[in-house]
Amino acid sequence: MKLVDEYRDSDVVARLSAGIRRTATRPWTLMEICGGQTHSIVKNGLEALLPPGIELVHGPGCPVCVTPAELIDAAVALAARPEVIFTSYGDMLRVPGSRGRAEGPAALLDARAAGADVRVVYSALDAVQIAAANPGRQVVFFAVGFETTAPGHALAVVQAEALELENFSILVAHVLVPPAIDALLGSPECRVQALLAPGHVCTIEGSAEYARLSARWKVPIVVTGFEPVDLMEGILMAVRQLEAGQARLENQYSRAVRADGNAAARAAVDRVFEVTDRPWRGLGLIANSGLALREAYRRFDAVARFGAGPEPVQDDGACISGLILQGLKKPRECPAFATLCTPEQPLGAPMVSSEGACAAYYHYGRKV
Amino acid sequence: MCLAVPGQVVEVEGDDPAFLRGRVDFSGVRREVSFAFTPEAQPGDYVLVHAGFALTVVDQEEALLTLEELRRLGEAVEASPETAEEAPAP
Repeated sequence: MKLVDEYRDSDVVARLSAGIRRTATRPWTLMEICGGQTHSIVKNGLEALLPPGIELVHGPGCPVCVTPAELIDAAVALAARPEVIFTSYGDMLRVPGSRGRAEGPAALLDARAAGADVRVVYSALDAVQIAAANPGRQVVFFAVGFETTAPGHALAVVQAEALELENFSILVAHVLVPPAIDALLGSPECRVQALLAPGHVCTIEGSAEYARLSARWKVPIVVTGFEPVDLMEGILMAVRQLEAGQARLENQYSRAVRADGNAAARAAVDRVFEVTDRPWRGLGLIANSGLALREAYRRFDAVARFGAGPEPVQDDGACISGLILQGLKKPRECPAFATLCTPEQPLGAPMVSSEGACAAYYHYGRKV
Repeated sequence: MCLAVPGQVVEVEGDDPAFLRGRVDFSGVRREVSFAFTPEAQPGDYVLVHAGFALTVVDQEEALLTLEELRRLGEAVEASPETAEEAPAP
């Protein structure tokens, strides 16, 4: 596939690997933020191509993993209503909420098995079309994601308004990357010395916010793509900065990311959503780290429409996902990893999501 | 979640920006995609598609330039006397 295969070229990857080995004179700890990058790193065995001192820790950039248990509970409760068609991306279906399976449906997949009308969609616009085609039913879309996904969800609401759909609403679980990075780098336990910033988030947001984070915390940040060549080049650029004692923003993913991002996409988000505080599963409440529907669009809010708000719950103690999402522990350091906790019987979301660090290690990295 | 796949624009149609749609070819598989956020995309362009939306037009010149540089990586370094003095990798 054009613009994919070239970035999987093993000769170029080997040259980059050699470049990193030549450049690194001492140990450095880097964090890739995005779960898609984690997945690519583990799947392609890139860690084995780095010199022993270069450590990659995996960041909190998996929206499925950080969606609070109480929102999953709310989704399951909404899906169980007979008038509701609940629509979602596929990777949310197996994530357990706070309830044990003995108490009733824990995940959306359990709700579906119990008779709920839960449908997987590829795009939020598919959910709008389902609403248009089913005027007698209420269609709820589970709006989960980061800045990359928010514009599409905003547009779905704009379309529903234009089509005068009274039966479309969204359950909002939107989170923003920079406030989480800020919290992470500000933590006294933080040992991350450089960051690979999430390339696709930056296609929308641009890179200015990451330049500010780099200056504030004095860490090199490299906006990086997702293929092996991208990731190895991003690591090389970050290691060069570390070795030179620099801390600035660089853009490895220049074929896709412009400094000012995508203004049309941001305008759609700004029209429909406003910034709000949000709890992150495993990390807790982070100020100004999420999105909520603006007053003018609140009639499309599933919580407002059905009066079924999320109720705060206590998370399971056996899962150390909070430490994993902050890069303080690796999945293999969890006593439950691959024993009590597997993709079939997950204790926490990072084992469920295809982009969760635990699932990536389980599927590709168990022998590394 | 934030995965996006590059594909080639086949056609774009519509007047209302919120409903601008088109088709994108992913190595022979064609999908309908919203162009609400990339109205500038033209047939033949490559776009990054995420969850049914074209998020950005790929800058092919920039892509080629980067690849060309990377394919030469190491040769320049090996030829440079300054790096020859560097300590070997640990």
